[in-house]
Amino acid sequence: METGIAQKVLAGDVLAASRLMRGLEDEDANAIEQLKTLYPHTGKAYIVGVTGSPGAGKSSIIGCLIGIFRRRGLKVGVVAIDPTSPFTHGAILGDRIRMQQYNIDNDVFIRSLATRGWSGGLSKATISTIHVMDAMGKDIILVETVGAGQAEVDIVRVADTAIVVLTPGMGDEIQMMKAGIMEIADIFVVNKADIAGAEELKEELKVMISMKPHLPGQWQPSVALTEAVCDRGTEELATEILKHKEFLGTSGDMTEKRRARAKLELIDAIESSLMNYIYRNIDKGDYLEGLIEDLTRRATDPYSAAQRIITQLSQQLEPGYDAVTNSSGKPADRNK
Amino acid sequence: MAEKKIRILLAQFPLENHNRGLIAVAGLLRDAGMEVILLGNAVSNRIIDTAIQEDVDVVGISTYCGGELALGKELMKVAEKKGIKDRTAFVLGGIFPPSDAPKLEAIGFSGTFPPSASREEIIAGVKAAAAAKK
Repeated sequence: METGIAQKVLAGDVLAASRLMRGLEDEDANAIEQLKTLYPHTGKAYIVGVTGSPGAGKSSIIGCLIGIFRRRGLKVGVVAIDPTSPFTHGAILGDRIRMQQYNIDNDVFIRSLATRGWSGGLSKATISTIHVMDAMGKDIILVETVGAGQAEVDIVRVADTAIVVLTPGMGDEIQMMKAGIMEIADIFVVNKADIAGAEELKEELKVMISMKPHLPGQWQPSVALTEAVCDRGTEELATEILKHKEFLGTSGDMTEKRRARAKLELIDAIESSLMNYIYRNIDKGDYLEGLIEDLTRRATDPYSAAQRIITQLSQQLEPGYDAVTNSSGKPADRNK
Repeated sequence: MAEKKIRILLAQFPLENHNRGLIAVAGLLRDAGMEVILLGNAVSNRIIDTAIQEDVDVVGISTYCGGELALGKELMKVAEKKGIKDRTAFVLGGIFPPSDAPKLEAIGFSGTFPPSASREEIIAGVKAAAAAKK
């Protein structure tokens, strides 16, 4: 990957931006260097997560929201995630097909990502893709998770506003009491509102929300009824999203959310740097394969094996070690 | 380390009415380990815009109702204008006059697949098209 890509992204070059996203997804070392340059320009976009079961209407709702936010003068980014096959590692990324109502213009950028083995409803490259869109100057970024069941709740770590899309006929109030996805919504959407049971579902959700202790100054989740295929109820949903945004701004919760996200990003970065180091410097000669073999035979346990790796790691780390060049060069080399 | 994965966009020109072929090809490319982005029916502008945003290696066009040469030329013109001709490969499959195959190749489709094309031929053709652009 050529250098200077970050500058092109900041100047609004879509070819450079999409190539950078590709590099980040493929974990290209230079792409990460470019992201370092972009990082100070991020943190401005508002991030909205949309989750819910497969077929609930997440993509269609986002398709409507793109047009609505564009009409309100906002620049829109979309990150749409679909699952990777655990067997063939291929993927069908079919969210975009429902997002074609908007007029083509330079202020809409949609990117489809495959989970590539990540659980939790997102993919590893989600946050870095968001960063690139943020640096491109998008005002609002809509993130669509994979079709989620009950526990794919990672979106709450990434989004400022979390939307959970439900449809009528998905179970009784016991389902609603369960932990996980029903707890993360800032806004519930009952889509396919023309189907019998939509009003009842809305009422049940309202009861569920009202049963929870509500402290003054805390956001109370709202419930929106939509029919995404005919763009009904979506204006109200867009307004509700912006209302939540305003609430976060005045209540100070936004700062809190961003701080929590910064912490997670740091921990993710440490983990992936460490794993890369281990793969490159300790895994030589199938060391990890050997450990896995031992584990399978129950000749050791994962905890002792991990501690052995960490011990080896700390002995390898010399004062001159540089994680950027991944070499143990002389200290002077570090400033390069 | 993540391996370099082939990303392919599958689309049809606006008046195409049958999508069974596109869906079948999408499935077999997924099973070959590729990431397949579905767009469905779209005008050239939208197809190229999507190819840019998704940074695909290959754009695959499914065609049945004729006019693929004229529309193919228009697609190539937009690709040229928006600057992805050298980074993206184009292939086309479906029903078209066999005599059009060399003409399609001349305007920039590096692979053409008639109805008789086998699963293996399609996968190999897409892989070769993608490899030529890296």
